[in-house]
Amino acid sequence: MNPEDLLFTKDHEWIESGKSPARIGISDYAQKELTDIVYVELPEPGTEVEKGASLVTLESVKATSDVYAPAPGKITAVNSDLEDNPQKINESPYGEGWLVELEISDSAPLDELMDYAAYEKYLKEEEV
Amino acid sequence: MKLIFEKSIKGRVGYSLPADRIEEIRVEDCIPPYARGRKKDLIEASEVDVVRHFTQLSKFNYGIEDGLYPLGSCTMKYNPKVNEHLAGLGNFANAHPFAPADTVQGCLKLMHDLSVLLCRITGMDAYTLAPAAGAHGELAGILIIRKYFEDRGEQRSKMLVPDSAHGTNPASSAMAGFKVVELKSNKSGTVDIGELERLMDEDTAGMMLTNPNTVGLFDGRIDEIAKIVHGKGGLLYYDGANLNATLGILRPGDTGFDIVHLNLHKTFATPHGGGGPGAGPVGVKKFLSPYLPSPVVVFNGENYRLRDPGEKSIGMMRAFWSNFSVLIKAYAWILSLGGKGLREVSEASVINANYVLVKLKDYYRPSYDRFCAHECVLTGRDYKKLGVKTMDIAKRLMDYGYYPPTIYFPHFKPYAEETMMVEPCESEGKEVLDDFIAVMIKISEEARSNPELLRDAPHRTRIRRTDDVLAIRRPILHYDDELRLKDELNYRPEDINF
Repeated sequence: MNPEDLLFTKDHEWIESGKSPARIGISDYAQKELTDIVYVELPEPGTEVEKGASLVTLESVKATSDVYAPAPGKITAVNSDLEDNPQKINESPYGEGWLVELEISDSAPLDELMDYAAYEKYLKEEEV
Repeated sequence: MKLIFEKSIKGRVGYSLPADRIEEIRVEDCIPPYARGRKKDLIEASEVDVVRHFTQLSKFNYGIEDGLYPLGSCTMKYNPKVNEHLAGLGNFANAHPFAPADTVQGCLKLMHDLSVLLCRITGMDAYTLAPAAGAHGELAGILIIRKYFEDRGEQRSKMLVPDSAHGTNPASSAMAGFKVVELKSNKSGTVDIGELERLMDEDTAGMMLTNPNTVGLFDGRIDEIAKIVHGKGGLLYYDGANLNATLGILRPGDTGFDIVHLNLHKTFATPHGGGGPGAGPVGVKKFLSPYLPSPVVVFNGENYRLRDPGEKSIGMMRAFWSNFSVLIKAYAWILSLGGKGLREVSEASVINANYVLVKLKDYYRPSYDRFCAHECVLTGRDYKKLGVKTMDIAKRLMDYGYYPPTIYFPHFKPYAEETMMVEPCESEGKEVLDDFIAVMIKISEEARSNPELLRDAPHRTRIRRTDDVLAIRRPILHYDDELRLKDELNYRPEDINF
């Protein structure tokens, strides 16, 4: 996936723009910060989630981090390939390293998200 | 260094028993049928082989007896040896848990009096000494909360846990059947009162709080927090993990807490780490005392006995007297220090942590620009743009003979920040801290002048940088795994230069 077609949260999640179900993952910056991911805990497909709920737990040697839902909805699919190959998130955060697919029930929260250019700018400010 | 399995020599024995008095039996006959057929090559070695092997291993170790152990959030303090001596006294060490009460009055008195002392230190009304560790104490405490509401016929399904809590808090709440609701911290690192007011409702059983919290910050608005939680009928739980900051200064029971657990193996003179044994006594306010687990030691004015606490009790958390030796050490330590001495423990802990914070804050920008309690959180974030990570700083510290502080913890933002948590404890003198501070400043200079040196650190340790990722992805937990992986990973233990 091209990062230009994605929307980003301040917590470094991405979600496909203008689609439902939409894939969700973590940004290239987030995977670099986490370092090598060694364990992924995925939700059950069919789970209903609220905005801000923890979708996925990622574990690296450095830390354990939750991935939060950028919008409410129902999980329609999960990338179960990651259970055996968590390193795909590091190798291809915008491609084979996607995490879950969400059927969005209310897309209003997505209006607050950043496009790729705005996210890049946000990262520069965060680095200070 | 070879593993003990590789040192085994066929036919070598450590001991032989007199053949004329002891009948020989086959080892296989001693193994229950369900375990037969699995690995059974026991090591064959003499006593001196075994002693030398483990002595050599012990020399690779680093502990508080080697030097500063500033592992934040863990309270790795030095514990006086006299307490170990007392716990080893024959009448304590050899007491049998089935002994009739009138033959172990001293042991029972110790447990009774320790409970009284802990009540005075924490401002609670009754204690159970049964839980075997901190998280076990948390579980006991949360089960007490559950039982309390069941008894009142109230249905409450949620437990509030701040994001700054110890990781065991949400786990204990979930194990006791509650849905965990995370409470986000505010910008100064403490409880967000507005969020608490919004989330605390009549379906919430209570809130678990560590004060000072996991960032080493004391929450001065504890009165307001207690009022909000109690206002909705909830109970306030105190995680005593950070009691080293408040001994003799502040009692959780006086600030609105209903339940407290302590880590005797952390704060009260039993070494922490190494897998135990520990002790996590739980103290409660009077209205919760019927729910305490069994057994309870009671005194009728003449003698001490163990009593079942009654039908409201949550039941048994651990058999017999729990980890009794830990209780002896705590009792002896409290009596040897007295009230004034306990206060000095916390004062020294807090002063030591703030001394490190103030001396290092211009080199390692702190997460929060304010005084801390018994531990401080520094960061390596200014070195990131030089290509030096906090991990590299920690590894470089090992070259100077220090155990590194806790790193990448605590972290609130998703994806770890470059945090370093330093907890010097009360046992360190100024000269030790000055040396540690000088080394940390030297490392900050190295990070600017020679970042490569840090990225490749440690240079002077027996083992250089370990492959953590491989260790997690392909853990070698058993000698068989090692044999299997040797070829696959091209790994030979003899190549590791011990």
